[in-house]
Amino acid sequence: MPDPILKTEGLNSFYGDFQALFDLDIHVEEGEVLAIIGANGAGKTTLMRSITGLLKNGANEVSYRNEPIGHLRADQIASKGLALVPEGRQLFPSLSVEENLLIGGRVGRPGPWNLKTVCELFPILDERRNVPSTALSGGQQQMVAIGRALMSNPDLLLFDEISLGLAPVIIKTIYDALPGIVGEGMSAVIVEQDISKALAFSSRVYCLQEGRVSLEGASSTVSRDDISRAYFGVE
Amino acid sequence: MEWVNAILQGTLLGGLYALFAAGLSLIFGVMRLVNIAHGDLIVLAAYLGLTVTSTIGVHPLLALAIVVPAMALIGYVLQRGILNFTLGDDLLPPLLVTFGLSVILQNALLEVYTADPQKMNAGALETASIPVGDLAVGVLPLLTFAFAIAVIAALQFVFYRTALGRAFRAVSDNQDIAQLMGLNRRHIFGLAMALALAVTAIAGILLGIRTSFDPSSGGGRLIFGFEAVIIGGLGNLWGTLAGGVILGVAQNIGAQINPGWQLLAGHLAFLVVLAIRPRGLFPRISG
Repeated sequence: MPDPILKTEGLNSFYGDFQALFDLDIHVEEGEVLAIIGANGAGKTTLMRSITGLLKNGANEVSYRNEPIGHLRADQIASKGLALVPEGRQLFPSLSVEENLLIGGRVGRPGPWNLKTVCELFPILDERRNVPSTALSGGQQQMVAIGRALMSNPDLLLFDEISLGLAPVIIKTIYDALPGIVGEGMSAVIVEQDISKALAFSSRVYCLQEGRVSLEGASSTVSRDDISRAYFGVE
Repeated sequence: MEWVNAILQGTLLGGLYALFAAGLSLIFGVMRLVNIAHGDLIVLAAYLGLTVTSTIGVHPLLALAIVVPAMALIGYVLQRGILNFTLGDDLLPPLLVTFGLSVILQNALLEVYTADPQKMNAGALETASIPVGDLAVGVLPLLTFAFAIAVIAALQFVFYRTALGRAFRAVSDNQDIAQLMGLNRRHIFGLAMALALAVTAIAGILLGIRTSFDPSSGGGRLIFGFEAVIIGGLGNLWGTLAGGVILGVAQNIGAQINPGWQLLAGHLAFLVVLAIRPRGLFPRISG
């Protein structure tokens, strides 16, 4: 088996004084779509912040392509080809749609994604490119957030709660676009509250509970009962 | 006619105040840092100009070619070396540190240049004037005003039309997410301070040609800069120019009534604006 693209080993992360992750070992295989599910407060977003470098860790607690990155700054990690679509979209309010996308392309990695291809993926963004990002609907903002992450041509793309707060029809549009995004050899991690969506679009799944892995398995074989137990900790 | 003259001269003086203010405004806009040492940095630039003109004997305006990059370098080093460590959720540490910096700068200038008032010699430029009707408009104030417009137009261009400006605005909006986009905020802040002190260098040289200065002149320049920023509205560069002009005109009208009222009239105009429009006359639209 080839080496994983991303790996955490004994990852302990803190949210202020509160320990959110305990000795966490997870890995992402090259080219796979991994789902991470879990209840609120299970540590999913803290895990995303630790991987992307927004939280500092011990160097060896997170490694990317066998290189320790736990101690690096977020901008250094981004330039290695790791991008995040953050929870709540978090666009830059004083930048236009196009400027938000261009900022994403600043890392300057070569690849298929640029302003033109992102606008082909989400044509509405082309129409509204000069509008302030705050003037868009939630779904359109999510498209900008995804486009912004794609602009850096990442090898590993993390999606944090992309369906949160969006109308079902919009969620469908966005998930329909996913295969076109992760198809081209890109690896992806989907953090999701919507378990059926997470299982349908991933090949493997981790369930987190109180900062620990409570379940790991192939998305097609895990049973609903296993997930309920892992999710809520009910025996 | 005296009143028209007061308003005209005040408007031109406002250009200098806008130059004092532009750097302050830029720094606050990008990193929410209130730089108490800003006035002393203007005076530092004036002294650097003085050293350059007296050692190699060039015209003060040519000294800009050396002082502007020198101040920009000082700005970058100052930001990366000290000020970045004071930034966080709390506004107090940068205030205290820049206040300390202000004290250090004043005393260092006193040590090196003594307390004697100094002035840069710009030759015929200082007294040249252009007749406009019955009035005479000084070439130096006119040049200062032109510098102010050029500097603000250039800053506006950098902010809204270049990749660097996008980075400034992105970091100002959300530091974490900007970091995820591959922007190192410490470096971006360093560049912002470098740009601000480059503007400060222009302000310092023009100040040093216009009037005499000494190591303790910084405080007054800081106040004028602050007032111009607040009158114009935080985060609005053209508003800062308008703020400088309003301040300059108010001061000159005050001086016209009674020479002792010059500074008082400027402060009163500031207080009136603050009372009626606490966010300034032209606040940036998005909070």
